[in-house]
Amino acid sequence: MPALDSALFEFALRLGDTTLVLGQRVSAWTGHAPIVEEDLALTNVALDLVGQARLWLTLAGQIENAGRDEDALAYFRDAHEFRNVLLVERPNGNFADTMARQFLFDTWHFYTLQRLATSRDERVSAIAQKSVREVAYHVRRSGDWVVRLGDGTDVSRARMQAALDELWPYTGELFTSDDVDRELVAHGIGCDFEALREPWSLHVEGILREATLERPQDGWMHAGGKTGRHTEQLGYLLAEMQSVRRSVPGERW
Amino acid sequence: MSDADRASWPLWEVFVRSGHGLSHKHVGSLHATDATMALQNARDVYTRRNEGVSVWVVKSSDVVASDPGDRDLLFAPAQEKTFRHPTYYTVPEGVKHL
Repeated sequence: MPALDSALFEFALRLGDTTLVLGQRVSAWTGHAPIVEEDLALTNVALDLVGQARLWLTLAGQIENAGRDEDALAYFRDAHEFRNVLLVERPNGNFADTMARQFLFDTWHFYTLQRLATSRDERVSAIAQKSVREVAYHVRRSGDWVVRLGDGTDVSRARMQAALDELWPYTGELFTSDDVDRELVAHGIGCDFEALREPWSLHVEGILREATLERPQDGWMHAGGKTGRHTEQLGYLLAEMQSVRRSVPGERW
Repeated sequence: MSDADRASWPLWEVFVRSGHGLSHKHVGSLHATDATMALQNARDVYTRRNEGVSVWVVKSSDVVASDPGDRDLLFAPAQEKTFRHPTYYTVPEGVKHL
């Protein structure tokens, strides 16, 4: 594979795996949300993310050109072959944990897609343009919940603050760039993740102020998801997600 | 739902307009803590299949309804007045949504 193709394959896998893993996480709320309206709303978000994952993984398969389609990539790779950022594999926890994770991710996701929408690669820009409309709504919804819970009761405020403190060390990875990212940026295809830190911080800090929550301190940050080094949580998630497909390979509904 | 839940999660009526030039139609109800959440929930519950271009939500408690017991009193007399129905003239071709 030419160097540019192999970088683009890696890049598509990262976005595909990130949206797939978060889609799988959020879908676990189906039937468990606090009220039926929220249940449907969360399921909608999960479906949006899985839909986006299909587009990215299909693109990855086409670039690789080795006969792997979206299903082969989703169901027949093990944890060390997954390229999602660590933040999205964090467990659902309570509702505040889920919404904090969603808010921190959605904000990054929105700015990423906004930039990729003008990518010089038409396949990338097409996926980004479709996805960014969905994610614009995700950002608003998760931000609303952060404000509601933060500026809510003592219990909801304490839970949301604890969730943010817990997840904050996983946000650093969102703004790291490696050779893959730099190669694609040089060709006008990718996204300069380091440059997203400022708009992301502005939006996140604005919402936290409105929610009367404290912005956690930047300290040591986890990283490694983008290159396949994951937390133990991913293994359990994949085992559940892949078990049916692996027990009957090639089966059709 | 407990009484406390009912108080903090009041019922809202949802109206969706399915296209430009059409009017909002009642599609159902939902629970939400305030107007903002009611609008978002309405979007998520009632417009998943591309049903609408505009949504209204109204607190159910703000809807003033006629008494079902008054049905005959209010509506029965109109049943006999067929001359009020537009059946005695032809609708010009090309007129939509009449």
